[in-house]
Amino acid sequence: MATQLKTLKSRIGGWLEERLGLAAIIEFIAHKTVPVHSGTTWYLFGGITLFLFVIQVLTGILLLLYYRPTATEAFESVQFVVTRVQFGWLIRSIHSWSSNLMILTVFIHMFSVVFLRGYRRPRELTWLSGIALAGLALGFGFSGYLLPWNTISFFATKVGTDMAASVPWVGEALARFLRGGDDVGGATLTRFFGFHVAVLPGLTTVLLAIHLALVQRHGISSPPRVEEKYRQLGQQVPQMPFTPNFFLRELMAWYGALAVLGVLAALFPWELGEKADPFAAAPAGIRPEWYFLAPFYTLKLIPAHVFFVEGELLGIFGFGLLMVWWCLLPFWADNRQGRERTRLVTGAGVLMIAYYSTFSILGYFK
Amino acid sequence: MNPPAVPEATVNEVVAGKTQDLLPNSGKLVKFGSKPVLLIRVNETEWRAYTGICTHLNCTVQFQAASQQIWCACHNGFYDLNGKVVSGPPPRPLEEFAVRVRGNDLVISRRG
Repeated sequence: MATQLKTLKSRIGGWLEERLGLAAIIEFIAHKTVPVHSGTTWYLFGGITLFLFVIQVLTGILLLLYYRPTATEAFESVQFVVTRVQFGWLIRSIHSWSSNLMILTVFIHMFSVVFLRGYRRPRELTWLSGIALAGLALGFGFSGYLLPWNTISFFATKVGTDMAASVPWVGEALARFLRGGDDVGGATLTRFFGFHVAVLPGLTTVLLAIHLALVQRHGISSPPRVEEKYRQLGQQVPQMPFTPNFFLRELMAWYGALAVLGVLAALFPWELGEKADPFAAAPAGIRPEWYFLAPFYTLKLIPAHVFFVEGELLGIFGFGLLMVWWCLLPFWADNRQGRERTRLVTGAGVLMIAYYSTFSILGYFK
Repeated sequence: MNPPAVPEATVNEVVAGKTQDLLPNSGKLVKFGSKPVLLIRVNETEWRAYTGICTHLNCTVQFQAASQQIWCACHNGFYDLNGKVVSGPPPRPLEEFAVRVRGNDLVISRRG
C-alpha cells in the first residue's frame, strides 16, 4: 500500500513537473535568502501590506454581493449590509480598517526602504513601482471613501476633485473625467465604483507582479553601513533562508496584523454617517481620511492669494513638485561623482515624516 | 471615457419659499437648477442670496447666525453678508443673486 502511494505521488509529481517546471521554482525559493542585521524586522512590512491587500480583496468581494453603486441606493445598500446581513458590519469594518492599516504599512514600508537605502542601484525601478503602488493605494482609499455615499465622503470628494480642477491646462478636463460630469453626483459614484473594483485592482495586480518580480530579480538589499561593516571584516553580510526562517517570521507578523485588525474592526466598527445630500451645507468638522489630512490642512493655511497666484494653485503646484522630487529619490540620492548623499536622503525622509505627521495631527484637531 | 455634455434646462429664477418661512438673521440653502443658492434673511425686510458654493474648493457654504457671516466648513473660509471674503483661503467673493418679494413668495433670480 505504502509503495503504491509512493508511486502515485511520484507519478503526480512527475506529471506536474513536466507541465509546470516546479523544481526550478522550488530550487529558487530554497536558495532565496534575506540579510540579517538590526533592521531586518522592517523587511516584514512589505509582506504585511500584501497580506492586508488580500484581506481587502476578499472582504471587498463579500461587500460587492450587496452593494449598489447609485446615488439613490448606495447608502441604503451599505446600511443594509451593516444592519441586516449576518456579520455584514464586521466585514465592512474589516474592509475599512484594513484599508487604513494598509496605507499605514505602505508608508512604513516606503520609509524603511528610504532609511535602509533599499532604493539604490540597481533597484530604482523597484522603488518607482513601489511608489506607483502607493499612489494606487491612495487611489483605492479616495475612490472607496465615496462609495457609502455619506455626507463626509461626498464633501471630501468635492474637495478632492476640485483640487484636480486646479491643475493648469488639463485640470478642468481631469475633474470632469473624475466626476463623470460638472459636479459630484450619481455619475461620480458609478465612476468611482468602476475605478475601485475594476481599474485600480487591475493596475495593482500588474504593478504588484512587476514589483515582486523586481524584488526577486535583485534580492533584498542590505544597508550600506552593514555592507561596509562586513566588508571591513572580510565577510559577507549574514543571511537567513527565506523558507522557512523568514517566511515563518512573516507569518507571525501576519498573525499580529490580523490580531490588530480584528480588535479594531470588532471594538470600533466603522461608522456609516448620514446619507449625502448635495443640497446640504458642508458640516462642521469635515475632514478627509487621515492620510489626506496633511495636504488638507496645508490648503487651509495657504492664503487666498500669494502675490498674484491663487493660494489653491500654489498648494497644488507645491504638492506636485514635492511628489515628483520624492519619486525621483534614487536619481538624486547620489552626487555626480557617484557618492551617496546620505545626510540629504535621511534629512529628506525625516522632514517628510515630520511634515506629514505634524500637519495630519493639526488637521485632525484644528 | 469623457462624459458627454448633457444640456440642462436654463434656470433663471426660482421661488425660494414664503416670506414667513425664514426668521430674521437666518439662512437656508435653496435648489437653483442643479446648484445650491444660500438665501439669507438679514432683518425683517431684507433678504440676500449668494451662490452656495465656496470659491475655494467647491464645498457648500452655510449662514452663521452668531457671527452674521457665511461660512465654509471645509477649509474655514468666511464671507461677509455682501459675499466678500473676510478670512480663510477662498480666492473670490460669492456670486450674488437677486431676491425680490412677489406677493408672499420669495423669488431668487440671476443678476444682470
